Amino acid sequence: MGATQDILKKAEDVSTKRPILEIKDLHKSFGNNHVLNGFNLQLFEGENLVVMGKSGSGKSVMIKCLIGLMEADFGSIEIMNKDIATLNHNELDELRAEIGFLFQGSALYDSMTVRENLEFPLRRHRKTLGNITDTTKLVMEALESVSLVHAMDLMPAELSGGMKRRVALARTLILKPKIILYDEPTSGLDPITAKEIIELMRSIQKQYKTSSLIITHDVDCARVISNRMILLVDGINYAEGVFKELAASKDEKVKAFFK
Amino acid sequence: MSILKGITSRIETFFIEVGEMAYFTGHFFKEVFTRPFEFKELLRQCYNIGNRSLLLVGITGFIIGLVLTLQTRPTLEEFGAESWMPSMVSISIVREIGPVIIALIFAGRIASGIGAELGSMRVTEQIDAMEVSGTNPFKYLVVTRILAATLMLPILVIFGDAIALYGSFIIENYKGEVSFQLYFVKVFSAIGFGDIIPATIKTFFFGFAIGLVGCFKGYNCENGTVGVGKAANSAVVFASMLLFILDFIAVFITDIFFEI
Ligand SMILES: Nc1ncnc2c1ncn2[C@@H]1O[C@H](COP(=O)(O)OP(=O)(O)OP(=O)(O)O)[C@@H](O)[C@H]1O
Ligand SMILES: [Mg+2]
Repeated sequence: MGATQDILKKAEDVSTKRPILEIKDLHKSFGNNHVLNGFNLQLFEGENLVVMGKSGSGKSVMIKCLIGLMEADFGSIEIMNKDIATLNHNELDELRAEIGFLFQGSALYDSMTVRENLEFPLRRHRKTLGNITDTTKLVMEALESVSLVHAMDLMPAELSGGMKRRVALARTLILKPKIILYDEPTSGLDPITAKEIIELMRSIQKQYKTSSLIITHDVDCARVISNRMILLVDGINYAEGVFKELAASKDEKVKAFFK
Repeated sequence: MSILKGITSRIETFFIEVGEMAYFTGHFFKEVFTRPFEFKELLRQCYNIGNRSLLLVGITGFIIGLVLTLQTRPTLEEFGAESWMPSMVSISIVREIGPVIIALIFAGRIASGIGAELGSMRVTEQIDAMEVSGTNPFKYLVVTRILAATLMLPILVIFGDAIALYGSFIIENYKGEVSFQLYFVKVFSAIGFGDIIPATIKTFFFGFAIGLVGCFKGYNCENGTVGVGKAANSAVVFASMLLFILDFIAVFITDIFFEI
């Protein structure tokens, strides 16, 4: 299989580079609920890294610590060579402007139209981005890449789940981020729509040359999109490798992911 | 034994909640004076909040005026004191009934509205999404709503009072054939600054309390969609209770300064 060799080769290439994003020994607890107990992760430039884990294993917590929405109890997080714990508010905003975040439930603003949803990050990151005069052009461009230009003036309540996810994707793309964090991009969607979203993620990656961290518990999604995978079990990175390796593993806990 | 335990744990949660709310209030005062100021959003919220309550306040005020006059008139007539009607009704409306009832209506409408809105934004991660979009959600959502409620309630109360007095006039005019002019001359000679100023000041506090409780409940909402309903509901209950406590304090203070 040419494609798999390709992926294997790519995985080799990336491992020699410096990571664009790195988590070291991340700990996070809520009271007695120890969610993360020393999680490590490296994301390299141009890579699609998939993190898989059971529901409630702390995937969302991990990604929220990453972007500073939650504070880690212990451990360090470096994004583009900046330790996020040392950044002040403005510096954090600057960094966030370069990172796209697709939320688990899309998180579109109910009270705004699709267009206003997309304009929001543009208007809000103005300090970082400088004055953008032509927001309409950028909005159109982002909506075109998810083929939803016709939905520009609709409200989120008028959209289907798949359309919402695509609008949310457009909203993360509009700032042309270097890194995109996907929190379960296909959850709650039917298989066909999920496939569309995955295709979209791949084409976006080609078009915008982003590095992506994808959280999921959808095996199909992981197979199609991953260059490399990490399995999150019991709050640590239990196993790492390319999809084929992990799928062939004899370990019980690893096997459980692939049924 | 278990009953006692239940009671103590309830008291405990109550005090924890009060503590958290004090912290939330502190956070508000820290954010309200620092840049950036969200003027545009504040104006939008003022319009929203005012507009959403205007009709309700108008109708309530009108009915208060009608009912109060209809109820008191027979008693005053017995004593042949119906010419006191305008002064009596206006004083009770301006000092107490107007502010409290309109604030209660406002609490029902706005505290629950804000609680549900912010609550659903919290559980669907819209607040997190704002934060990663270079926005301080506390400033953008909470500060603007609390300020808007604080500014709009006094205006709504004045509006409601005016309508209530007009409602009262309609009854007086119908039953006692009092002219518009005479009625309002009597009203304005009865109420003075000692009535209007304390009553207006206290409505600012009412508005602040209603906005604060609604935002507090919504912003700290938990447990998914069930939590949203609970947030909206407890916002109204808590806000109404707080209103009566504040009203008591206000009347107490006014009593000292203005010697009713
Ligand atoms: N704000 C919070 N307060 C307390 N506990 C929390 C909080 N957020 C998450 N948790 C707990 O952390 C654990 C991990 O939650 P998380 O949302 O990260 O799971 P997940 O791996 O993303 O699952 P899913 O696939 O269902 O999204 C859960 O046990 C949850 O109860
Ligand atoms: Mg999750």
